[in-house]
Amino acid sequence: MGEFLRVALAVAAKDLRVEHRSKTALVSAIAFAALVLVIFNFARDAAALSREALAPSVLWITFSFSGVIALNRSFALERENAALDGLLLAPVSRSALFFGKYLANLAFVFTVEAVALPLFVLFFGVDLTGVVGGIVLTAILATLGFVAVGTVFAAMTVRTRFAELMLPLLVLPFLLPPVIGAVQVTARLLAGRPLGEIAGWLRILGFYDLVFITLCLLLFPPLMDE
Amino acid sequence: MSDALAARRATRRGLYVTTLGLLGLAGVYVLALRYTPMERFQGLPQKIFYVHVPAAWCALLAFSLVGIASALFLWLRDPRLDLFAESAAEVGLVFSVVMLTTGPLWGKPVWNTWWTWDARLTFTLILFFLFLGYRALRGALQDPDERARFSAVVGIMGLVLVPFVHLTVYLFRTLHPQPIVLKPSAPSLPDEMLRTLLVSVVVYTVLLLGFLMTRYGLGTQARLKGGDHAG
Repeated sequence: MGEFLRVALAVAAKDLRVEHRSKTALVSAIAFAALVLVIFNFARDAAALSREALAPSVLWITFSFSGVIALNRSFALERENAALDGLLLAPVSRSALFFGKYLANLAFVFTVEAVALPLFVLFFGVDLTGVVGGIVLTAILATLGFVAVGTVFAAMTVRTRFAELMLPLLVLPFLLPPVIGAVQVTARLLAGRPLGEIAGWLRILGFYDLVFITLCLLLFPPLMDE
Repeated sequence: MSDALAARRATRRGLYVTTLGLLGLAGVYVLALRYTPMERFQGLPQKIFYVHVPAAWCALLAFSLVGIASALFLWLRDPRLDLFAESAAEVGLVFSVVMLTTGPLWGKPVWNTWWTWDARLTFTLILFFLFLGYRALRGALQDPDERARFSAVVGIMGLVLVPFVHLTVYLFRTLHPQPIVLKPSAPSLPDEMLRTLLVSVVVYTVLLLGFLMTRYGLGTQARLKGGDHAG
């Protein structure tokens, strides 16, 4: 287990170092999230629909679309100079490789979400007093599972000719359960509903994470053997 | 060469079973329109039930077959399992199209809307998209080994996703007619209607089998020719 974590952290650190040196992807992903928020504000009829009514959907569309866009980067990075082959040649477990990639993607997506959330508050005038903790917890639970699925799919779609199109096509159906859960929880939190109403949804989100992270750890090694 | 002959025979057997299924389907139409009572409130549109429900059953069955064959492939690495999953996915895509077109045809006169975001509608639409994604990924990969491994992973993940989609969209809201056959208490359907439905389910399953056998035989023939058709 120590070895597993050491390898995973080394891979994650490598990815984040590459990211830190250029910062292009992160800045672009954050700008993308901000643009989605801007578009959303004008994609609604201000007379018919209040900002508050649309707020939960806006937040989760922004989070999930930015997440999918960000995931493309993860293995595109390895395509140059066949870097992935180098990684696969290393005498380490493939699950640990996956976990490293996954951790780096999580860090990336969480960073984008952490910037998008204040922007959302600013643009949509939503009052998060007292519910920030709940929103953050929901964001974490909703993100953990789909980033795991997205990491596995990104490893596949990078080998296709139109990866940018193929990844959303495969991942979006998997986004449905987390997005439904997250929007339900967010809407109830913003409306000041009691915690009892959201506990069930949070459990579903947590269960989804558990199932898909385990499945991805199991399926990544057969995916990668040549 | 004997392999090629066997593959051609398998295709022909598939076509026989398909013909049998199509004859059965003609029988189902006669049975449903002529010998099954008219539903009092829905009238004629209710007859779609005898096509829609069996198609949905076949789509789900095909989808489960894709998932199971995918899991077995990753374990045994037999290319025939990959071909089977490929065939089942394609056949499933056909049945889910039948399901998604007959649904709105019934919904318009009875619900007064072509489409509604009801739990089961959303669920089947996602099933359709999963089939579509699976098919698209297969088409986009060149290397046969890679294609087999990658699509097996998607097949398994898709099968695991299905209960989650079902649960979440169900909790979201539902309007679809509640189960009337597969439910804890006895089926609340007149005997004649139940009989027609069951006959139709059997016929559809035969059709599924026929399609699957034909597609599998054609796939074997294509692979033997060496020109491994993408997807």
